[in-house]
Amino acid sequence: MTSPIPKSVTPPSVVDQSLLYPSPYKEFWQAFSRNKGAVAGLAFMCLVVFCALFAPWVAPHNPSEQYRDFLLTPPVWLEGGTWQFILGTDELGRDLLSRLIQGARLSLLIGLSSVVMSLIPGILLGLFAGFFPQILGPSIMRLMDVMLALPSLLLAVAIVAILGPGLINTVIAIAIVSLPSYVRLTRAAVMGELNRDYVTAARLAGAGLPRLMFVTVLPNCMAPLIVQATLSFSSAILDAAALGFLGLGVQPPTPEWGTMLASARDYIERAWWVVSLPGLTILLSVLAINLMGDGLRDALDPKLKNAA
Amino acid sequence: MSLLQINNLNVRFGDANAVPVVDGLDLSVDAGEILAIVGESGSGKSVTMMALMGLIEAPGRITADVLDFAGTNMLKLSGRQRRKVVGKDIAMVFQDPMTALNPSYTVGYQIEEVLRQHLGLKGKAARQRALELLKKVEIPAAESRLDAYPHQLSGGMSQRVAIAMAIAGEPKLLIADEPTTALDVTIQAQIMELLVNLQKERNMALILITHDLAVVAETAKRVCVMYAGQAVEVGQVPELFDVPAHPYSEALLAAIPEHSIGAERLATLPGIVPGRYDRPQGCLLSPRCPYVQENCRRQRPPLDPQAHSLVRCFYPLNQEVA
Amino acid sequence: MLSFIARRLGLLIPTFFGITLLTFALIRLIPGDPVEVMMGERRVDPEMHAQAMERLGLNKPLPAQYLDYVGKLAQGDLGESLRTRESVWNEFLTLFPATLELAMAALLFAGVIGLLAGVIAALKRGSLFDHGVMGISLAGYSMPIFWWGLILIMFFSVSLGWTPVSGRIDLLYDIEPKTGFMLIDTLLSDEEGAFKDALMHLILPAIVLGTIPLAVIARMTRSSMLEVLREDYIRTARAKGLSPSRVVFIHGLRNALIPVLTVFGLQVGTLLAGAVLTETIFSWPGIGKWLIEAIGARDYPVVQNGILLIACLVILVNFVVDILYGLANPRIRHQR
Repeated sequence: MTSPIPKSVTPPSVVDQSLLYPSPYKEFWQAFSRNKGAVAGLAFMCLVVFCALFAPWVAPHNPSEQYRDFLLTPPVWLEGGTWQFILGTDELGRDLLSRLIQGARLSLLIGLSSVVMSLIPGILLGLFAGFFPQILGPSIMRLMDVMLALPSLLLAVAIVAILGPGLINTVIAIAIVSLPSYVRLTRAAVMGELNRDYVTAARLAGAGLPRLMFVTVLPNCMAPLIVQATLSFSSAILDAAALGFLGLGVQPPTPEWGTMLASARDYIERAWWVVSLPGLTILLSVLAINLMGDGLRDALDPKLKNAA
Repeated sequence: MSLLQINNLNVRFGDANAVPVVDGLDLSVDAGEILAIVGESGSGKSVTMMALMGLIEAPGRITADVLDFAGTNMLKLSGRQRRKVVGKDIAMVFQDPMTALNPSYTVGYQIEEVLRQHLGLKGKAARQRALELLKKVEIPAAESRLDAYPHQLSGGMSQRVAIAMAIAGEPKLLIADEPTTALDVTIQAQIMELLVNLQKERNMALILITHDLAVVAETAKRVCVMYAGQAVEVGQVPELFDVPAHPYSEALLAAIPEHSIGAERLATLPGIVPGRYDRPQGCLLSPRCPYVQENCRRQRPPLDPQAHSLVRCFYPLNQEVA
Repeated sequence: MLSFIARRLGLLIPTFFGITLLTFALIRLIPGDPVEVMMGERRVDPEMHAQAMERLGLNKPLPAQYLDYVGKLAQGDLGESLRTRESVWNEFLTLFPATLELAMAALLFAGVIGLLAGVIAALKRGSLFDHGVMGISLAGYSMPIFWWGLILIMFFSVSLGWTPVSGRIDLLYDIEPKTGFMLIDTLLSDEEGAFKDALMHLILPAIVLGTIPLAVIARMTRSSMLEVLREDYIRTARAKGLSPSRVVFIHGLRNALIPVLTVFGLQVGTLLAGAVLTETIFSWPGIGKWLIEAIGARDYPVVQNGILLIACLVILVNFVVDILYGLANPRIRHQR
């Protein structure tokens, strides 16, 4: 006797449930966009990036062109302002808006290059410190402790004092200063992952050290590193502006935000806009990035939610 | 007149339409009596006592027809007036002694705090009294423990400290919320014995919230069985154990492992306590009750006096036994 | 407790040597010929060059140079300023009280307001106040303080004329520096109105310097307080019939402070870095301004050992915070 073949109970329209999960990107975006501040920050940064990328076309004037007849012209909404210079001009008659847009270019460049310059060695050192906990690891960490003993801006000031002021040296100084936090974060993440079973499995499968480091472990440590990269991007902009303000960063007449503030100091009593606007731009950019960082942290790494 | 009288107590978390965690509870405790409240987790035992002590915070809402302690309506008291009663005349011992004591202060400080607050004792007098209290709860080397921090004590020792703290204000009513659940089995009996001795000696009322029916049988005079926020049976101790009238009481008793000796499997009541979304329209036990009838599913039974006890059931069991 | 302190002290020694190594390396990393750079001229006379190398000890092998350096440090010899010929240590000692006074005022401002705002925000979680505190503190955290200082000067000093623009005290007053702390010195002196003047000079710089620590402390206090308020011992405290303020401040805040204290310690570094900027804006005669001026004048002994001193200061403060942390948290203190 043959048992009757059971008729298919599943209607053909039913899809495998696992296929219904949103893609990782969509899931990330859902978590990120729940944080309204983060979305606002992202929108503002998109604007800044757009201005920076297309500065020559967006800016109404050449940032270094001096309009001798329009020294310290106030912004358009004040008495004496003109539509020719929407945000007014500085002490040499240069258009403030154009200089701010050009400055966005510089700030983003400094931020981006210093993050890349410290992220890569930071991750490498952190990986080595995590994978070799006997001698190499502790010595790397002691070195980082020493660097952390100095306040970051002070260390940057010291480095620039030695190397001399300038754009490149600013980037180098900021990159060195933000190195320790990447090393510590990577090491901590690596130490946590190394005890997991999937690492043991990869070892047993005969994975070599480079493969273990970069293919097996590193991708699982990325979440805190991405968050840290965002946060150090904002502090890079802040530190670069501080160095510029102290006269140790990018040198005038380059329109760097901090440098602009330094030269505007003398006009504090006569022309508030040359003082207020560059600083406001710094504040808003840094705030936008920090808001984004908060959103990223919530979306990528819920464990870190209560930290700081 | 009873020491504590509760009529139609409701506690909700959220707005007035939220499902009540405590649902129309009636309860009374006489001075010097031991009342046990039993029921599974989430049946509203602890919340009832928290409501009495004024420990329910927003969004929790308390309503009651009567919530009287020693003739005072607890709901009418201002915060300041309530705090004169709470911690003094009513005191509470909590479940997990390891987290119930503040890690930053010494044992002595935490006991003296009650003495200062409620009895006005200060300095040496307070310290002397705290020491006596520690001796009272049978803590060895009590002098040195006064300056110990909670993390230096074992669980049983911490619970003794918590008890000392609770009786420091000479309460008329002590509420012990599963005082032994978090402790080692060997310590549990000692702590229970201590509680019962203190109760006798001071003639205070004791409300014992517990899962442990064996403890109830040994210590309590009366017992209230709670299910899903309601009292389902309230009765005297030997009777309720011998002839349970409510199907849930019967099931609880059957679930004591000792009663299943020789049986292949432990007796259990299938299903779980109804949650916020699956609260039945009729008797709250109806989805799990082995004796369920048609009208149980439509109507909720009231808590009515039956042969031996107050029972919330249309078809109480064991009524023929005289 | 003593062994606890000794253990922490032991951890400091390697860090200290690391710092000396760093400052030692710093001066040798200057690109080009060190003597030429220091003298600020090219083609120094060879004989003078050799003398300078000899004087600076730069003609010996590196390990010997390092040993010389540490040896001198051990004797308390921090070299002398190229500009003033004054010993670096003395200059530091004269200027440090000004920075300390400013930093303490900033920390007081940040601590009091930050703790209060954080506690209230935690107690009124989700309220308008809570959102306000969180928003403002994020803005404070993102603040370029050198600009913030200029804005405050523009508003309070230039427009309203309430506070002086710069310095520690008006030149009218002749205050004898007994302690180095202007507030105390003015109180000790019999100059009328000097104390008020010193206070007015201090307010703006202290607010500017305290802004970032304030933001960090408020955020940290809030999150730590929220965590503590969920603890069982808070319920116990309330069941004892204690007043809400006693429950929150004695039982809650005491435990919530433990992580905040660590953050406090970490803020000291931020504070000293901020002092560089704040002192520059307000012409505050402290070590931050001293260091920046030394860098401008290529006064390398001051740069080198000034940085060393500041690093030691940070380490020391973190050490003290560690000890306080132990005092506040009995679980740490009794750890073996």
